[in-house]
Amino acid sequence: MEASQKDLFHQRIERVNAAIALRKPDRVPMFLSLGLFPARYAGITYQEAFYNQESWLAANRKVVEDYQPDLYFQPGAAVITGGAVHDHLQTRLLKLPGRELGPDVPFQFVEGEYMTAEEYDAFLDDPSDFAIRVYTPRIFGALEGLAMLPPLKSMVMGYVGATMVGMLTLPPLAEALRAVAEAAAESMRWTAGYMEFEARMNERGFPAFSTAITLAPFDVISDMLRGMRGAMLDMYRCPDKLIAAQEKLLPLLIEAAVTQAKMSGNPRVFIPMHRGADGFMSLEQFDRFYWPCFRDLVESLIHADLVPCPFFEGSYDLRMHYLAKLPPGRIMGIFDRSDLFKAKKTIGEVMCIAGDMPLSLLQTGTAEQVREYARRLIDEVGRDGGFIMCSNTVLDEADPELVRAWVDFTFEYGTYG
Amino acid sequence: MQENGHERGRKRGGDDIAAEETQEELVKAIVGMEEEKALALAEGLLEGGADPMQVLSLCRRAMEAVGEGFERGEMFLPDLIMSGEILSGISELIKPRIKDEGEPERLGRVLMGTVEGDIHDIGKNIVVFMLDVNGFEVVDLGVDVPPRVFVEKISELKPDVLGLSCLLTLAYEAMKRTVEAVEEAGLRTAVKIMVGGGTVDEQVREYVGADAFGADAVEAVSLAKAWVGR
Ligand code: B12
Repeated sequence: MEASQKDLFHQRIERVNAAIALRKPDRVPMFLSLGLFPARYAGITYQEAFYNQESWLAANRKVVEDYQPDLYFQPGAAVITGGAVHDHLQTRLLKLPGRELGPDVPFQFVEGEYMTAEEYDAFLDDPSDFAIRVYTPRIFGALEGLAMLPPLKSMVMGYVGATMVGMLTLPPLAEALRAVAEAAAESMRWTAGYMEFEARMNERGFPAFSTAITLAPFDVISDMLRGMRGAMLDMYRCPDKLIAAQEKLLPLLIEAAVTQAKMSGNPRVFIPMHRGADGFMSLEQFDRFYWPCFRDLVESLIHADLVPCPFFEGSYDLRMHYLAKLPPGRIMGIFDRSDLFKAKKTIGEVMCIAGDMPLSLLQTGTAEQVREYARRLIDEVGRDGGFIMCSNTVLDEADPELVRAWVDFTFEYGTYG
Repeated sequence: MQENGHERGRKRGGDDIAAEETQEELVKAIVGMEEEKALALAEGLLEGGADPMQVLSLCRRAMEAVGEGFERGEMFLPDLIMSGEILSGISELIKPRIKDEGEPERLGRVLMGTVEGDIHDIGKNIVVFMLDVNGFEVVDLGVDVPPRVFVEKISELKPDVLGLSCLLTLAYEAMKRTVEAVEEAGLRTAVKIMVGGGTVDEQVREYVGADAFGADAVEAVSLAKAWVGR
């Protein structure tokens, strides 16, 4: 590492850490939540971003070097893995640019009730078995054959169980295993590419926001298993199972985050939060169905010396007093539509506040409007430190000129005397 | 809401009073999200010879109360979803009992769709459902709807209101193109346009040139009602 770049890396990390510890750094740290923005910026299609990692990474490097943020959101958060992985698996949960969608349309999620309410018992009895023999065949077309596997726990029968491997010659199973092997190799290439990218960017002086990601247990159920509608009905029809399933998931979600973070050495753990926001449930429902497992998750990460970075998607105005109960000075909270000007009073002494800069302005506003809003954020939310500048969602289609105006303004105006 | 209009002229015996109590209980059960109780009460009423249309109007009354609870910030999406689920359960009970009486009178017609490039429909579907139970005729064009299709359908169906939905920021441009296409076709003054969905706000409304932005499904209903003069 060249000395000056190494210094820059440490300066940036120092700036961010000071804000997280609720102190005043030399200036307001700038965090770019890039999303798919680098593709358009560098002139490649979204399709290319998903199918050609080299050009996707080059695009990201260009953005980071041009704008010089203190933290950048890793390219692997937007293109989680290559399009070819999903081609091999025939992923039904996603529609991809250049596959089901136009080449310049961002990838999109196909929500469904991939686990029925009746299946809670199977899930609770043995989540791994449910995942492999029931869920996976539903969400990946190429893995339908896995539904033919015998119960996975039958493998405990020692060498008697060895005859079971014969099953794997059944054509649908054999095909599924072939698809897994192909997808695995491709996926590993992408993972290695991302790890290499992060290491190189560190050397160039640019720290990544986070390598580890985890979810609130309720969201795993609502997003991925039962669907929004299913999880909402479960609150009335089978509340105990909804809670039991979360408790089953919690240790796994903690462990996944801790392992990833320790492996990369980056302590910040991203926790995008989906269906606990205002409007998605009442305060009583939040208190019963969302908060307990989420709080345990956050506290366990802190206990493991990590920095939880929950992204409070939507608005949490009605729940700020809950957030105020979390351990002080250990959390970087990113916000979407909450009123931060009010929230500063409730949680300003508990967590570092980031986010809120509206993408609607960065995409459709004027430079003047952008600066005006950023000025207000710095004056009212950032005044005493404990603040990181960031947009309220990914920059996908933001106007590069407006992003420039925003970043430059933050660098100039955001200095602490 | 007119109450028990059809009962006028009938003699009011003990049975009627008991039925009336059950009716109130039904409304309460729906508003209280007591699914099993609501279904049992509705079934009891129907078995006891209650007018199916009357039961339906009780459900509508309950849904209005849920909508009002939502507006007051006392009820939330799960309540909309659950009450909708109860409503469809009761509708199933009612369906075999009603002769086709033709389309009920509607407050107005709303054309809804998720704009081009966006395939998300959970938000839009809730809006469609709420407009429908609140007395609007809703024509749902689905997802990823190109501006051209919106324009064709406006010419064909002459809706009072056009509702554009989305989830992602990519849709700002698609919404703008859609409003422009409506304008170019000379239809802009013929419909009121409302926009909404995950990342939409007042700034976006102004940018795309719509008449109003609605933050949730209940606001969509209020906007549409105000435009058709209710
Ligand atoms: C749950 C969620 C997810 C879930 C699944 C959602 C789904 N079915 O696609 C998962 C985890 C899979 C997910 C994935 C992603 N998400 Co997401 N997600 C959300 C979240 C938290 C809620 C969305 C939701 O479920 N809405 C439920 C419905 C009921 O709400 P709604 O659509 O807003 O509709 C209501 C109102 O808006 C209104 N309304 C809707 N239409 C209309 C129309 C009219 C006319 C009117 C008046 C009103 C109206 O009424 C509805 C009912 O009240 C939002 C943030 C938020 N709070 O909105 C982010 C959000 C949409 N996601 C976002 C992002 C970044 C992503 C990912 C890119 C993350 C990633 N890198 O993987 C992917 C993209 C994949 C995708 N979604 O297609 C961004 C948007 C990005 C963008 N470019 O625009 C958001 C805004 C979060 C943020 N602030 O960053 N997401």
